[in-house]
Amino acid sequence: MESTQAVFPERYIALPSERKMELLRTMIRIRTFETKVEELFLNKKIPGFVHLYIGEEAIATGVMANLGKEDWITSTHRGHGHAIAKGAQTARMMAELFGRKTGYCKGKGGSMHIADFSVGMLGANGVVGGGFNIAVGAALSAQIRRTNQVAVCFFGDGASNRGTFHEALNLAAIWKLPVLFVNENNQYASTTPVSYGLSAQHVADRAKGYGIEGYTVDGNDVRQVYDAASYLIGRAREGKGPALLECLTYRVKGHYVGDPEKYRTREEVQKMVNERDPIKLFSKVLMEEGTLNDAGLAKLYAEAEEEILAAVAFAESSPYPEPEEALEDLFSFSPKEFPEVIA
Amino acid sequence: MRTITFSEATLEAMREEMRRDPTVFVYGEDIVRQGGIFGQFKGLPEEFGDRIRDVPISETAIVGAALGAALTGTRPVADMHFADFIGVAFDELANQIAKNRYMFGGQANIPLVIRAPDGIINQAAAQHSQSVEGWLQNIPGLIIVAPSSPATAKGLLKSAIRLNDPVIYFEHKVLYPQKGPVPEEEYLTPIGKAEIRRPGRDVTIVTYSLMVQKCEEVATELASEGIDVEIIDLLTLKPFDRATVLESVKKTHRCVVAHEAVVTGGLGAEIAATIQEQAFWWLDAPVLRVGAKNVPIPFSPVLEKFVAPQKDDVRRAVYRVLHREV
Ligand SMILES: Cc1ncc(C[n+]2csc(CCOP(=O)(O)OP(=O)(O)O)c2C)c(N)n1
Ligand SMILES: [Mg+2]
Repeated sequence: MESTQAVFPERYIALPSERKMELLRTMIRIRTFETKVEELFLNKKIPGFVHLYIGEEAIATGVMANLGKEDWITSTHRGHGHAIAKGAQTARMMAELFGRKTGYCKGKGGSMHIADFSVGMLGANGVVGGGFNIAVGAALSAQIRRTNQVAVCFFGDGASNRGTFHEALNLAAIWKLPVLFVNENNQYASTTPVSYGLSAQHVADRAKGYGIEGYTVDGNDVRQVYDAASYLIGRAREGKGPALLECLTYRVKGHYVGDPEKYRTREEVQKMVNERDPIKLFSKVLMEEGTLNDAGLAKLYAEAEEEILAAVAFAESSPYPEPEEALEDLFSFSPKEFPEVIA
Repeated sequence: MRTITFSEATLEAMREEMRRDPTVFVYGEDIVRQGGIFGQFKGLPEEFGDRIRDVPISETAIVGAALGAALTGTRPVADMHFADFIGVAFDELANQIAKNRYMFGGQANIPLVIRAPDGIINQAAAQHSQSVEGWLQNIPGLIIVAPSSPATAKGLLKSAIRLNDPVIYFEHKVLYPQKGPVPEEEYLTPIGKAEIRRPGRDVTIVTYSLMVQKCEEVATELASEGIDVEIIDLLTLKPFDRATVLESVKKTHRCVVAHEAVVTGGLGAEIAATIQEQAFWWLDAPVLRVGAKNVPIPFSPVLEKFVAPQKDDVRRAVYRVLHREV
């Protein structure tokens, strides 16, 4: 993994220490949530499909630290980290993963459709590349209504090969829409390595074809992600149009929980875990800066553990929806008004 | 009452709704510089500035962005140029727009309209002549409407724009230049309600879009033979107005469903199935379907005419449900 050397204004460094600690806290909360979800899935407490964000926490965290609640994001099938970093409540997320009535989608969505519109998290997406144009539409809404909101679209290296990528970037570029396309290049699209699936060396190289700025940063270094996102989101907010930010990272877990991972070696994975873990890297930075000590780190983990255990307790004690609730929420009007809609 | 064209009626609907609500905007291919292929957007750019936009040839972006815009405080109207191109944006329609509200547990409304000019015109051949409601009727989460006249075109478009749910608005290309009476004062045509175009006692014809006028012509001709046909103009194809259809069939005991779309797997199948489920014992004959033959629409006028449903097909179907010699 090499990143093209992009130099952004150094804003991370000027952050007050509480904000820096907040970045670490978010990363640890995501990690703790995901680790628990993996365990619960393997214990058959969570049904369906689960794609974990472990090892990629710095990206959602570094980007979202530059957004407000009124800004929007579109997410992917690997969306838990995006939701947490955007401000979703872990308890309602967990309840959704458990298929409970108290979940964000009242049990109709699950992991692949996790969403909290109230904080601008416009949804995970089960269709790879499905979020590009939704983000473009949100940015268009901001432009039409003359607000200074910004949309961020998260997408994988695999998604960058979809046709939707092309249409979205071109349209965003010609209209100078306030949208940032954040690529999470975790080296694999399911079993397919980037070296096989990507025609360009970097996803960011594709920006040139749309006449927009494209950068590659180390996505496991939250400082780099923060600085790049801060600069590019700021530009978008000022009406200077979209950009493409590629964050190099690594998916340390299987594509989904239960993936036999026949396409790579254990050694490759272990090396990344040992050397490139974004939480370890950032904790070390904060310790060297004198912002964090061992006790502080332990406290963050303990608090996160407590939060996630409470989330699990909430989920487990929540009721399932009534079966008939499956017929609700299709339209804004009730099925009673239009019985024909749902036979 | 004054008469205006179908095209002008849709234009009035757009203008009135865009004046009424600043969050309504419209975009599509070649609608600003060209005014739409049928002039249905002429004059809007002068009044509404960037709330009407030309989009490059990017159908997935047109439809996908409509969802993003609808979720975030605007009411987009997206023009598909030709209904056939919906296929380009099928995922956006079937998996994103139609499912968004449901799979996220009703977190947001989705007030958007997809305008889709459809139907056979001028030997446009296989990829510019289709009626594709059959593609979409199988998808829960979409409202589908199809006006048949200038008056219903205006009223339905206004209702569609105001609805907080995704509406596919099929407008038959042959209808654009046709004139008809349209009230001066504001009105809305309700979604979900069919209109009885012609009351009759002997046979019910359930139809919509351009086929309505063809069926009306057949009905007039049959009246001189003493056959009294009732014509139901569905207007909303999904959810279609079951109550009106069933009530009519229970009165006439015979029914023909006529549409320009391919018969196989079409709306006619759904309507016929509903009738046999809910009004079987009132029927004196099988419900018959009239529609295009099960091939793409061919180019040569001779072939096109053979494949497309004609007035004669409707007439024959009426005779058959009356058990008369054809
Ligand atoms: C349109 C579409 N094609 C294929 C799939 C199956 N699928 C789900 S995730 C995935 C890999 C996606 O890779 P990438 O975009 O790099 O995201 P990552 O999983 O690495 O986060 C595939 C092929 C899908 N869900 N949607
Ligand atoms: Mg990937």
